[in-house]
Amino acid sequence: MSADWPTQIFEELKSADVRQVAFVPDAGHSQLIRLCEAEPTMHTVTLTTEEEGIAMLGGAWAGGQRGALLMQSSGVGNCINMLSLQQEYRMPLFALVTMRGDWGEFNPQQIPMGQSTGPVLEAAGVLVYRCDDAALMADTVRHAAALAFNTSRVVAVLIGQRVVGAKNFFK
Amino acid sequence: MSSELLKRRSVVARVLRDRGDTLVVTGLGNSSYDVAGTSDSAHNFYLWGAMGGAAVFGLGLARAQPGRRVLVITGDGEMLMGLGSLATVAVDAPANLGIVVLDNERFAETGMQATHTARGVDLAGIARAAGIADACLVRTADELERRMETLGAAKTTTFTVIKVSSEPNPTALPPRDGPYIRSRFREALLGAAAHR
Repeated sequence: MSADWPTQIFEELKSADVRQVAFVPDAGHSQLIRLCEAEPTMHTVTLTTEEEGIAMLGGAWAGGQRGALLMQSSGVGNCINMLSLQQEYRMPLFALVTMRGDWGEFNPQQIPMGQSTGPVLEAAGVLVYRCDDAALMADTVRHAAALAFNTSRVVAVLIGQRVVGAKNFFK
Repeated sequence: MSSELLKRRSVVARVLRDRGDTLVVTGLGNSSYDVAGTSDSAHNFYLWGAMGGAAVFGLGLARAQPGRRVLVITGDGEMLMGLGSLATVAVDAPANLGIVVLDNERFAETGMQATHTARGVDLAGIARAAGIADACLVRTADELERRMETLGAAKTTTFTVIKVSSEPNPTALPPRDGPYIRSRFREALLGAAAHR
């Protein structure tokens, strides 16, 4: 059951009435992206950089639709200034961040942003929840999304490499 | 040459003259002031920051409201910061989205420094190359009239660069309280559902 955490996230996004899903792809999000692309009630948009998704989902919410932003931890660094949109206009944003530079990482270049992802988001006023256990994924996503949309806050769930699996460079 | 340039505030007044219930998103700085000074409305979403995000804000809004026209009015500096968003908008291509760039070739808010469009960068060409087929450059009042005749009924994403003078305009500040701007906008658009 908990092994299929991407499907559980997808079901939670559907239950939360998420209608627009924006992403810069990450391997850890590949199954969730496929599920969202196949779901007729969800409009999916591929971004060139993660900050586009911050602004896009601001527009979506202004127009009455909820969204979710999917990205890798490296993308968090691209978002910081744009996050002031949601913070200053008091608008919700729900982001699912798959971690790199974390549990079992191979690539040293991933460490600086991976290790600063949580602190940087929190410094920008984002409410951050971390999930390192697939069995807790559905519960974490459900309550983090509820917090974002019920209270118009920016909420990010960091999905640890312990759940995603470290990238294999020797395929 | 500069004396022949269009004046940004009269350009915006013309662009929004027959706006009807069009939803308008403004890029930070002079674009927001021009729209506030000529066509203030609860259907305007004024950005005071989010530089580089106006076009994609319009994209999300256009997808959420497919039955309404959405017009993004922004400046060349703001658009240059979000060049990648032209690729994102071109691929998604909502039929109800228009983007208008008021191109004074200057970072006006920070001291009138030249932008890349003053040095040969062609924003309409970049938009067209990204895949927004209906992208054009407007330099004269006649060209603006011709463009406006077709823009309101467009059936594809449009991108219009309008070269404007960099001379300053009287101050016309929109509200700058974010929660007020968004609640005013959402209530006008969504009614009671804005507060659910």
